[in-house]
Formats: sequence, structure tokens, C-alpha cells
Amino acid sequence: MSKFLKGFAPIGAAVLLATPAFAQDALGLGRAALPDEIAAWDTDVRPDGLGLPVGSGDVFTGEEVYVEKCAACHGDFGEAVGRWPVLAGGHGSLSDDDPVKTIGSYWPYLSTVYDYVNRAMPFGAARTLEPDEVYAITAYLLYVNDLVEDDFTLSNENFLDVVMPNADNFHMDDRAETELPEFSVADICMENCKDSVEITMHASVLDVTPDTEETADEEAVAVEEPAAEEVAEAEPEVAEEAAPAVDPALIAEGEGLFRQCKSCHEVGDGARGRTGPHLNSIIGRTIGGVEGFRYSRGFAEAADAGEVWTNENLAAFLMDPRGTMRGTKMSFRGLRDPADADALIAYLNQFEE
Amino acid sequence: MSDIFKGMKPSRRNFLRGAAASGAALVGGATVARAEGDPAILETQPWSQFLGPGVDEAPYGMPSKFEAHVRRQNVPWLTADPISSINFTPLHELDGIITPNGLCFERHHAGVAEIDPGEYRLMINGLVDRPLVFTMEDLMRFPRENHVYFLECAANSGMEWAGAQLNGCQFTHGMIHNVQYTGVPLRLLLQEAGVKTTGKWLLPEGADASGMTRSIPMEKALDDCLVAFKMNGEALRPEQGYPVRLVVPGWEGNMWVKWLRRIEVGDQPWHHREETSKYTDLLGNGQARRFTWEMDAKSVITSPSPQKPITHGPGPMVLTGVAWSGRGTIPRVDVTIDGGANWHQARMSGPSMDKSMHRFYFDFEWDGKPMLLQSRAHDSTGYVQPTKDQLRAVRGENSIYHNNGIQTWAVNEQGVAENVEIS
Repeated sequence: MSKFLKGFAPIGAAVLLATPAFAQDALGLGRAALPDEIAAWDTDVRPDGLGLPVGSGDVFTGEEVYVEKCAACHGDFGEAVGRWPVLAGGHGSLSDDDPVKTIGSYWPYLSTVYDYVNRAMPFGAARTLEPDEVYAITAYLLYVNDLVEDDFTLSNENFLDVVMPNADNFHMDDRAETELPEFSVADICMENCKDSVEITMHASVLDVTPDTEETADEEAVAVEEPAAEEVAEAEPEVAEEAAPAVDPALIAEGEGLFRQCKSCHEVGDGARGRTGPHLNSIIGRTIGGVEGFRYSRGFAEAADAGEVWTNENLAAFLMDPRGTMRGTKMSFRGLRDPADADALIAYLNQFEE
Repeated sequence: MSDIFKGMKPSRRNFLRGAAASGAALVGGATVARAEGDPAILETQPWSQFLGPGVDEAPYGMPSKFEAHVRRQNVPWLTADPISSINFTPLHELDGIITPNGLCFERHHAGVAEIDPGEYRLMINGLVDRPLVFTMEDLMRFPRENHVYFLECAANSGMEWAGAQLNGCQFTHGMIHNVQYTGVPLRLLLQEAGVKTTGKWLLPEGADASGMTRSIPMEKALDDCLVAFKMNGEALRPEQGYPVRLVVPGWEGNMWVKWLRRIEVGDQPWHHREETSKYTDLLGNGQARRFTWEMDAKSVITSPSPQKPITHGPGPMVLTGVAWSGRGTIPRVDVTIDGGANWHQARMSGPSMDKSMHRFYFDFEWDGKPMLLQSRAHDSTGYVQPTKDQLRAVRGENSIYHNNGIQTWAVNEQGVAENVEIS
């Protein structure tokens, strides 16, 4: 203890004078963070530009990157697919009955867009964008919000010149003045406080409550149902049928790899289409063949031509999605190692419809 | 005893549910059998005759199979994808003040990060004298404390702003849990790094694929924030931020960054996505409040409620619920059964702790007539939970967050409860 106290004494003293809250001495736990380590994790960006890396990107490049990596969820022009966030439009709607809060209509700072895209997007492949790509996407998002022209280039140099239209419409929490005095009632009414009471609204009219009981009951039954004998009988059969034994380690590896796919794709019982189609019985299935799923053109053409997924073409697609299927909406860069494709396919092969 | 079942005509659904929840045998059969004696007593039950599982059958114990209906649940239409979504604590099935770990609601922005504690690192950088990296082992060598705190998502009851929507306190109020945390006071870690005098704000950051960040003022960090690694005595659950999360007592849940990997010290707030696009309060005039951190006092009756109807008919009954405030304790809760004409002070039971959930009861004789149930929390600052209309008068109808208005359940003669709003 005393060793550390000595080492830190000058700093401790300085802090002590400035902020009494830090009066106690340090314990000497932890180790110094290295500059490279800090650089690896500290990517945050602030409205004053602190943290912006050197780089630039224009609207046209941004559109390309955006359509490839973002449009599957957010729509080609930020209008959004399904319940994914709407990114553009809504200007002047904030005091309407149905306000549309987008980057253009609501977000006070452009730095928020850069920071968020860089740290959390694309969904399922965070932290894969280069600074120039983030600048370009940000420029495109300004463009679809009618805040810049199509020849605009955004860079760390002109970043602070962009003023967001809704920047001035935020203020600090003022509940202490606007609500607390009104709601802090010393002698509140306890008896005969109302002459009459009417029900003005029923939740049952909307009927949007998820069904709790039935689902719970069914599942509870399902857990108990499978009779022990049936399971015991079924198991050896499955083992015999699985003629070319697949290495369980390979399947396990595939399962691990599938984690980067499952934000968009489902497999197994009850799998359904989400951002991507379900992947049950993928090998032998018509390419682009899941009914009701909105495929990109390349997939639709493959389906029309009656093409079928094989181990080989699926492996090739997984290694280079955009090279093998031009215009695919799948925002995945591709696997690096052919062995990973084998593992992933081994995992997928377990799931049949 | 026999008149307990008189006047009870529950729907088949609620009937089954009530029977299942109480673990009772078929109620109809039991009534008939009463004259000849209760088979539950007269017949030797299998558990009284045969041997049960031995020790170690379940090295980590689970609830009885008869409690399978007690579970978190989501509202699928709310969000685009379960990976970035929320589910709800089954408040209607719980009692006391502590939420069991496996029932604490989940809110993820990029799914659950699975972090090997051996690979866990916590970095403190920015305006500090000594940027530092801590391992789990380092954190365990700091003096640690135990505190019970509620964590409420600011969006709890958010779907109810425009009117009564969801039938069940799990869905209207279930974005909350209350557990005991064990952790290191954040001020000790900051002290270790030595905050520069210009350091006024913190940016905690999560290690998951959403990289969750929020700006927190230094005063709060030095006051009562914890860097926690245990909940209710055991390691944090993965879905609650294993191995380490930030605890920001009384403030909106989004700030309690899970899978905490880094804390940056700065001289001004960062205005990141979760404190601009989200977690700001759009008022009726198009202006928006930001940094509305404290959770206002709030309460809800958990039983009876839409998922927990009265199945026993008129007579003595227990009404219960929970109350909490981000500004202190809850010394008092009022309950009404006639829609607010007359109020009764509820009985508080269980420990009363700062920024923790409180349990209240109202024990009364139900005459079998329809009721309009409400509860109204008073916190230790003198604040009284407002009605939803009082809130709307101040904030308009476009808000999402911080809806702490009084909840009404309409109970009919059958004991079935519904979410309503009243004049």
C-alpha cells in the first residue's frame, strides 16, 4: 500500500486540492491503458467534433454503400422496411398528432449519426465500416433528408459546418419546475373526491395484448408430452440413418459461425422469413425459392431458371455473396476461410422442413 | 367456506388459469366431493407415497413445473426483431419486493453478449491522470457494497400514452425489476484513475454489438453509481450484462449500461443516439426535453389485474401491488376501489429502501360488485403519482417515456379485470 501511495502522491495531492470527492488515495489496482488499446476502443464522436477521424465520403458513394449495407432494413431512401427505424422525412411533423422522428426532422447533431453508424451498424456486422464509408453513408443520409445537394462531400474538415434543423428544439429536463410543484400535494383528497366516474377507454377494444395463457399452457404440455419410450425408440433410428457421419465438432463450429447470420435468418422448428429467408432444407432448395420472401433480382432470376442450392454454390456464395450474386440485399461481407463455409453448411444441413 | 364458489362465473380461460395458478384440483369436482370429504386429503397422493428426486437432481434448482406459466414475455408487434427488443417481467405473479433473476425483463439492442470473464476488461480513459485497465480480479479487490435498487426502463407504460392498450400489468408495467446488487462504488474506480478537474461527464460503453453509450454527469457517478457483478447474490445473468454492468440508482434503465467495457471521462456530454433520437421527451409543442434521468414515483396493482383475475368470488380478499420512486422511498400508497371517489391508505409490508421497489396490500371484503381499482404512490419528497390526464396536460400525447400516470383496472362481477381509463 505505502509503495503505491508514494508513487501517486503528487497526483493525489493535486486532485485533493481540486475536488474533495477524490480525497482518498488510490489503491494501485489495475494497470495503465496503452495508447493503442485506448485507440481501439475509444471511437466515440461528440458534437464539437472530438473523436472524428480523418476521412471523407460523398453522396454518390454513400448511396452505393447504403443500398448495399443498410437498405435491406431502412429502405432505399430511409423510408424503412417493416418496423425498422425510419431515417428520412418527417420534416415539420413534430407537433402533429403522429410525429415522424427521423435524422432530418429530429436528431439535433450530425455527430450522433456518425458515432452510431460507426459503433453499431450495419445491424449484425457492427464495427466493419471504414471511416470513409461512414462519412459517405452520413452524407447520403443528409441527402435523403434534403439537407445537402447530391454533389456534397462530407469530411472531418467540413463536418461542423452542418447544422441540423432541429438542434435548437431541445431543452434540459425541467420537471423540477413544470411538474414537481404541481404534483406534490400535501393534503390530497381521500373521501368523496368525485361525483361520478365513467370509463372512457377499454384496452379490450384494441385487442393488441399478446395471448399469454394459451401459449403458456401449450408449451407446458409440450414439455411434458414426448413419452420417454418414443424418444428412446427414435434415437437409434436417427443415428443409423445419418449414414455419412458429420463431425459434431464441425457442426458446433458452424453453429458458432451462424451467430453472425441469425440476426436476419432463422433455422429450425417454426423458422420463418425475417430480414432474410428461413434456411431450413437449404441444400436442394430452389435458389430464391422461399414463397412470399421478397428477393433481389438476381435471386428471382435464379428461381425462374430453376437453379438449386448445392454444397458447392452455397459455399461459393457464402465466401463472396456480392461477387456471386450481384445485387443481393444480404449485408454480409463473406466468410474468409473455405473451412468456415463447410462448417456453416454442415450446421445448416441439420435443419429440414 | 362453501360459499367461496358462489356467484363465480369465470370464463373458461380465466377459470383454467386460476386453477392452474393455485395448483388446485378441478374446482367443480372439489365442490361435489366436499360432502364426502376431499379426495386431495382422503386419497393417498403419489408424492406422499413414492420417493422423490434426490439431491443433485438439479444442481442449479429451477421452479416447480406447476409454475411454468410464470415467465417473461414480449409483445411481438412492438419491435422489428427480437434481437433488438424487450420483454416484460411477470409482475402479476410475484410478491414481496425482490425480482427473481430469471424473471427480470430483458432489453437488448444487439442480442445478449456472451463474455468470458477471463477476457473481460474495463477501461477508464479520457480526462484522467492515469488511464487504466481492470480485470475481474482487479475489480474484486476494491471495497464493495450491497444495495437493492429498482431498474425501470424509461419506456415502461410508454404504449399507454395515447390510451389503454395492453391487458396485463406485465405488459403495461413489466419493464422493471428490483434486485440486490453487489458492486464497487464507481467513485472508487474514478479515484483510482484520478479525474482531472475538467472532468464533468462520463460516457459508459457496453461491449455488445450495439456499443451502448450514455452521458452521465459526474455528480451522479460520485454519489451512488455502482459497477456491479452480482445480482441477488449470484453472478449477473448474461441478459443482465454478465460479467459487469453499471448501476445508476433511480435513473432510467437505459443508462445502466450492460456488459460494461469502458468509462470515458469528458468535459461535456456526448449526445449519442440513446440520448437524442431516443430517451428524449417530445412535448405537444414540438419541443423536446433531454436528460430526463430520474424516474418519477409510480405504482401499479399487480393483483387483481387482467392476468390475475379474482377467482374466489366475493368475501375477504387481498389486493396487492408495487410502488417505487427514483427520488427516494415510498412511505405511503393510497388505493381506491371506486375509481377515485374514496381512497384508503394501503398497508406497506417489507423493507423500505431508497430507490427500491415497495410492496403494498389492501385487505378488504369484496361485495362482488364491479370495481375500478387504482393505486397512488407518495414518495419521500412529497411527490404524489399523477393521473394520466394530469401528465398529458403538461406533456401532450406524443411522449413515449416517463409515463408514471395512475393505472386503472376495471373488475367485473366475475372478478375479471381489464385495463381501462376513466374520467
